[in-house]
Amino acid sequence: MPQEYKLVLKHADAPGYTRDLDCYLRHGGYEILRKVLTLPTRELADGKKLTAAEQLREEVKLSGLRGRGGAGFSCGLKWSFVDRRSGKPIYLICNADESEPGTFKDRQIIHKDPHQLLEGMIISCFANDVHLAYIYIRGEFTEGARILNQALQEARARNFLGQNILGSGYDLEIHVHRGAGAYICGEETGLIESLEGKRPYPRIKPPYFPAVLGLWMCPTIVNNVETLCQVRHIVAMGASEYARLGTPNNTGTRIVSLSGHVRKPGYYEIEVGKVTLGELIHDPAFGGGLREGRRLKAIIPGGSSAKVLKAGEKFKLKRRGPDGKETETEVDVLDLPYDFDSLMAAGTMSGSSAIIVMDDSTDLVAALANISEFYAHESCGQCTPCREGSLWMSKALQRLTHGQGRAQDADYLLKIADNIPGGRTICAFGEACSWPVQSFVAKFKDEFVARGAADEARAAQAATAAAAAAAPEPGHGGPAVQPQAAPLAGAVH
Amino acid sequence: MSQTEKNASAPVETFSVSVDGRTISVPRTMPDPQTGKPVATTMIQACALAKVDVPHYCYHPKLPVAGNCRMCLVEFGTPALGPDRKPVINADGTPKIAKSPRPAIACATPVSPGMEIYTDTPGVKQMREGVLEFLLINHPLDCPICDQAGECKLQEYSIDYGQSQSRFVEDKVRKPKAVELGPRIMLDDERCILCTRCIRFTRDVVGDDKIGIIQRGSHSTIAAYPGTQFDNNYTLNTVDICPVGALTSKDFRFKMRVWFLKESKSVCTSCATGCNVTIGSREGTIYRYEPRQNDAVNSCWMCDYGRLNYKWIGRPDRLTHVRNQGQGGTWATALHEIAERVRRAPAGSVAVVASARQTNEELFLLSKLAKRTGALTDSVPRLGEADRLLVAADKNPNGQGARLLGLAADPMGSNLPRMADGIRRGTIKTLIVFGEDVTRHGIPAELLGKLELLVVSDILPNATTAAAHYLLPGCAPAEKRGTFTSGKGRVQRFFKAVEPKGEARPEWEFLHDLIYNVTGQNGFVNMEGLFNQMAAEIPAFQGLSWAGLGDTGASVPI
Repeated sequence: MPQEYKLVLKHADAPGYTRDLDCYLRHGGYEILRKVLTLPTRELADGKKLTAAEQLREEVKLSGLRGRGGAGFSCGLKWSFVDRRSGKPIYLICNADESEPGTFKDRQIIHKDPHQLLEGMIISCFANDVHLAYIYIRGEFTEGARILNQALQEARARNFLGQNILGSGYDLEIHVHRGAGAYICGEETGLIESLEGKRPYPRIKPPYFPAVLGLWMCPTIVNNVETLCQVRHIVAMGASEYARLGTPNNTGTRIVSLSGHVRKPGYYEIEVGKVTLGELIHDPAFGGGLREGRRLKAIIPGGSSAKVLKAGEKFKLKRRGPDGKETETEVDVLDLPYDFDSLMAAGTMSGSSAIIVMDDSTDLVAALANISEFYAHESCGQCTPCREGSLWMSKALQRLTHGQGRAQDADYLLKIADNIPGGRTICAFGEACSWPVQSFVAKFKDEFVARGAADEARAAQAATAAAAAAAPEPGHGGPAVQPQAAPLAGAVH
Repeated sequence: MSQTEKNASAPVETFSVSVDGRTISVPRTMPDPQTGKPVATTMIQACALAKVDVPHYCYHPKLPVAGNCRMCLVEFGTPALGPDRKPVINADGTPKIAKSPRPAIACATPVSPGMEIYTDTPGVKQMREGVLEFLLINHPLDCPICDQAGECKLQEYSIDYGQSQSRFVEDKVRKPKAVELGPRIMLDDERCILCTRCIRFTRDVVGDDKIGIIQRGSHSTIAAYPGTQFDNNYTLNTVDICPVGALTSKDFRFKMRVWFLKESKSVCTSCATGCNVTIGSREGTIYRYEPRQNDAVNSCWMCDYGRLNYKWIGRPDRLTHVRNQGQGGTWATALHEIAERVRRAPAGSVAVVASARQTNEELFLLSKLAKRTGALTDSVPRLGEADRLLVAADKNPNGQGARLLGLAADPMGSNLPRMADGIRRGTIKTLIVFGEDVTRHGIPAELLGKLELLVVSDILPNATTAAAHYLLPGCAPAEKRGTFTSGKGRVQRFFKAVEPKGEARPEWEFLHDLIYNVTGQNGFVNMEGLFNQMAAEIPAFQGLSWAGLGDTGASVPI
């Protein structure tokens, strides 16, 4: 029986658990930090000495932890890219700009267990010789920002933060910075620009890799809220123990945000890859199935930018058997293990681990129009293909959902979308706005073509009727009245 | 400058890259346009070295890279490395190239040894088509009434890389039009492609944060900070670097289709900096000045004041006719009579005021005349405010020339009271004035009345020209050829853009005639020969030649 595995959310929803420091301390809070700060230098067999910080970085690398923000990049590798010889300060930024539609996991941590995030952050800062860190929280999370500031104040008062933390000689300050309401601030270099007080235009890479030229042109680590919490547990359990959670290359636990047409939408923490998409949707421990009499139509498996999956789709997955041999097996979409690699193999991604379930009552053209409107609204406008393409696609979809479609609009949309992703833009927003269009239209093409064709047929009928009504008097060869579609002004902006 | 020279002299490591199959050698680093520090050579620079044009909008060699237009996307590959981190070699001995699955922007991507850059593949062609299509869908396509038409990168690249038809059927984004961004700049937001060249120039070259982008996505617009105007001394440069018709000059807009303009290489005369300019003129009328690139002087820029300081050339009250004792006259008679009287003038009775706005060649000829008559000479200093970029405190375009040719006193202007004194005491009886209203510089009109002979050459009427016994109409720099020596010692040529007004003649021409009449010596009758003669005779200009100056001039020690 698939079950939740509560690591990060172990206490958050327990009855009586509160977010104040005393409650956190009663549940073993900041004990790991205490341990970390007194970690002795370790001498290796070859005589090389590892400092406490180096040991921690090694642990995180060995744990196989992958970023929980969206890209699923190895956290240990990210930390290893940091330029530690520049002589400049190293900054760490907690990315709490949770804004991918469908995603509501980081908010649970912030609201219910903020000190866990702080402890994970302080450990991560110590591991990376960081003395100044920021929590960049999305502007709409006013309550979250208030909670974090309160938690920081409590932590400072007990010297978990500030000068000479717990007598260790280690100094660290953390500030909360609120965004002003832009999705693009979740992109790490856009976030850094925003933190510097500028428009959040993502930076070009090369040369502005955060690990080398990040905040204030100094080496910078940007990690997601959940990722930083996982660090605390890696250190608590030890890397090898932690790596036993989940599946190879997809270690640990992950909080899944489940929404849409399931009976029990919500957030569920699972061992990565130990639960399938189908179980997440149907199992009583998770989504609890669809509504009465409904059939599954589509799943967005990793936040609204992830490519959609169609009910009944089959994928070839490579699996390593116990004998070490790799075999290719065909799996149904519902049998895809919910992890980084399987979803990538299925041509999509686990992204921010937000699953949006759509049953057969869903108008997919309208759903895509909704998603596209979001991305057109959120494109920062810095580079050409995304700036113009995202709005173009949104306008076409608004047309298609407002009775002015054409049968050719499906291909029209695909051709627009094909010119946006794949390195044509500075950041991954190009992918984020075009992948939904590419996948929805490709996988549900019939619906898009039928919608457009119906509009065309209706328009033709109206034109015939109008022409008959306006038939010229005999002897007056006036022009036929052209049917005029109502303008769409105001439908998009 | 010294920084670039240092970099140029230091040996820079080179390696091979190939561009569209042609292998070239490129330096590992090239100087940063802002700091002069060596930075990694980029693909677009390598392509330029290979003479392969990579289309671009936001990239400008003198500005920090933005990488936003995506027009310069290219495909590329790098030598494949085996598991041993050593290059993999093909059967034919060539290194195996691993082609990148993703394209790269040529403006920002550094080259590496053995890299292969592909700019003419079907993939690159499709990306360029795609970017152009995106740029044009919300563009108003108002080329017939757009001032940029004819020098518009949207037009040019549409011809080179665009598609012939549009599939866009949606409503275009509407944005503000004819926005007065500043006192000299108009903005059409619908034409703007948001390349941010104007913002980067203003921020990174001028040091002014006044303009930026407001709104987001396709609704982004360029704007000045709320409640303020875009107004610094360099705003019109944004019109030059705007690759489309978004930013236009209020002075030039709707005045002339650019393809009718004749372009003449010239030098700005509004201060001692000597910014290189291109004069755009048609049928004898000047319509605009634009900066002409000279990295030793003005890079690609010029100040707004200098750019707009051309209108006096077309003033209706320009001096157009020779005046002889207040009456009409002819060049032949006037020059003959002046020569007679100057030749008879006793040594020490002549003074020459030669404006530091005259050319080197004119000052050279005036110095000959002065030497012949033993004249007291000087120029008029003209000082104002300087800024940190291009504007010099010395407002004379050729003060350095006046000094090097020995006409200006030290300090400049210190002989003017002596001249006034000499006239007052009656020792100075002949005054020759070129290009100055001496009544405003210590020699009042009543003193001029005491002179036996007052020869004046000028362009516009003033109290001195009114008092002249002989008035010789001269030319604006845009109406003649010559050279100026900038404040920093750059000797630079300029060429005639428009014909002189009326009977006016270039000063060097009639000075040549006058000196022949006075001395009987015939110098060179063309500019090339005159300049070369000056270079041979004046130590400061030794080694220079008219031809050798080229388009960007040569530096002399000052």
